[in-house]
Amino acid sequence: MTTLTTPTRSMDSTGPSSTTPSTPPAVAKSTPDPARHGGVPHKTTHPSPARRVGRIAVYIVLIGFAAFLLLPFFWMISSSLKKNLDVFSIPIRWIPEVFQWRNYADIWTQADMGTWMVNTVILSVVVTALQVLTGSFAAYGFARVRFPGRDVLFLAYIATLAVPWQAYMIPQFILMTKIQLTGKWLWPMIVLQAFGAFGVFLMKQFFETIPEELSESARLDGLTEYGIWWRIMLPLSGPALASLALLTFVRTWNDYMGPLIYLRDQANYTLQIGLKTFQADPNASSLDALLFTGSTLSVLPIAIIFLLGQRFFIEGIATSGMKG
Amino acid sequence: MTQTLTDVPTPPPTTKAATRTDKHSQRHRTNTLRRRNTALGWSFIAPNFIGFAVVTMVPIILLFYMAFTDWNALGTPNWIGVDNFERLARNGTFRAAVAQTFYYAIPHIILTGILALGLAILLNQKLRGVAFFRAAAFFPYITSIVAIAIVWNLLFSPDYGPINQLLGLLGVADPPGWTTSTNWAMPAVIIVGTWREMGYYMILFLAGLQTIPRELYEAAKVDGASAWNRFLHITWPSLRPTTFFVTVILAIDSFKVFDLIQVMTDGGPGTSTYTISYFIFQKTLGQDSTGEFGYASAASLILFFICLAMTVLQFVVNHQTDIVAKPRWWPLPLVAGLICFIIAIIAFCARIDLGLGWVGWTIAFVICFGFMVAMTSVWGKRIVK
Repeated sequence: MTTLTTPTRSMDSTGPSSTTPSTPPAVAKSTPDPARHGGVPHKTTHPSPARRVGRIAVYIVLIGFAAFLLLPFFWMISSSLKKNLDVFSIPIRWIPEVFQWRNYADIWTQADMGTWMVNTVILSVVVTALQVLTGSFAAYGFARVRFPGRDVLFLAYIATLAVPWQAYMIPQFILMTKIQLTGKWLWPMIVLQAFGAFGVFLMKQFFETIPEELSESARLDGLTEYGIWWRIMLPLSGPALASLALLTFVRTWNDYMGPLIYLRDQANYTLQIGLKTFQADPNASSLDALLFTGSTLSVLPIAIIFLLGQRFFIEGIATSGMKG
Repeated sequence: MTQTLTDVPTPPPTTKAATRTDKHSQRHRTNTLRRRNTALGWSFIAPNFIGFAVVTMVPIILLFYMAFTDWNALGTPNWIGVDNFERLARNGTFRAAVAQTFYYAIPHIILTGILALGLAILLNQKLRGVAFFRAAAFFPYITSIVAIAIVWNLLFSPDYGPINQLLGLLGVADPPGWTTSTNWAMPAVIIVGTWREMGYYMILFLAGLQTIPRELYEAAKVDGASAWNRFLHITWPSLRPTTFFVTVILAIDSFKVFDLIQVMTDGGPGTSTYTISYFIFQKTLGQDSTGEFGYASAASLILFFICLAMTVLQFVVNHQTDIVAKPRWWPLPLVAGLICFIIAIIAFCARIDLGLGWVGWTIAFVICFGFMVAMTSVWGKRIVK
């Protein structure tokens, strides 16, 4: 009995504390190390005038950049609250004269916003769940099980990451048509998005930073490999799973080309494709402000998710360097 | 208890026969173990692999076959050799699309790369509000491309758009027509593309910058090195692996540009913003579809090789970087493939008939394919490590 309990105890007591410090290598440091380098003088409290001027210049450049990056969003939100005829006005009006809050009620009746929103949410949630589950499951196979052909298979996975989707979308479309997946609810999109190589790659990188001893002692305790994946690896991979989930969710939410090719039935339209048809709809051509209302609504959930999980986005990208 | 205790000291196998059986059983055991591990490994990989094979792997393999057939929406495919490629070379729209792809990609790579690096260096300092600026830079990248196109198209609107009003205020007498003009549509797309992707590459550069040890900068400061010299002699060389990685991804991303074109200009006005991807889409799934899947696959294959060549080019430029343990002859297939490729592209755009015929094209294809395989293994090894 003692031989059995010792590893368990050592796993419980030293496990978490010894693995927590080992997570940062995969989770590349995205937060700045204060005073690492750059124009900041180290111990001096009174920067020289030249430095101060440099500093102000840096801020001016940064504020200019921020304006360039954010003004389009500001304009989008402000236009979403204008009257339809006021979107284009000379001179430019950055803040609406009268705030048309009813735009945010009208969009649901003037366009199929409800359907698009529901479809997009279903699609994003299902794809994210599948990608995280199958991706991390396969990653365990690649990271921890030794068998002939494993590395070749992984190379095949990696190699496809370098092939642009645009180059194989035609054969893909034909194949999907041949196995009769197209035109069936959101299925083509789910299959298309959920089994990417990206998740496998990201999770494998992370799993390899988790000490093998943990799995070893769990094995001695009689846990199967599947049990180790579920009870040891997944709970320890919180940050990587969060990164993968958030990146997948946002990518699926924003995808436009996939739905454009595969979703032909209006009832299955997602937000992106719906908004695009709304923009092109001649009957809606006078509804400029509503178009912006729809755009704002489509960006809003992503903005919230981004603000809440910014750390994970940046870590996920810095670790993998892949768009997937 | 006593019984088990007496049983414990088993005599070690001394006779030859015993050793042989032992070895035999050991081999047997490793075989079973291997078989069991294979089954186990595949059971983990299978759920993802089935989807991956259907969606990605088989289509990529199919691509290489389809490009040489006359497959259309209805009939059965017939092998027609390089006919598709010859037709593409004669097609003015496609040649223009190749040229426009380069016209988009090159300024976009340069602008985005420089701005991303500059931003990363600025934001790698201890500054008030650094987190805000980083979030602001990254935000466009995660917003939907449709919303972006809607906003920018109206910003660019020639008569009433805010951009032209601003230009008017600045004294520009004849502001450009942006997406409505054949000359300015592509620059407009480049601006939006750069605006959108800058933040993404900034993150990659930031991650690289943070691996540079601070001591290097301190030592340089003690030696009185200026900020520019510190950049030139510390930051730039240390960032090399990151720069390499960023340029590869940036190049691939720029040459395959598609969504942005589709949502912003729809290839127009006329065909002034047709790119290779857009051409492929239009030929098969767009409004002008002719259902010629084989023909479009040939164009896809060209796109694929352009992206590949860009990656190889980076490798050759960066060959001093010690990324992987590589065989001594490794640049040979890369350089050979690259030269073939550049000749092919120039001949293609200039409509020069190389007179290669069947055999020549096959050899060229084999060389290209060979360097692709070499490439994959070099790059693959680096990532697997």
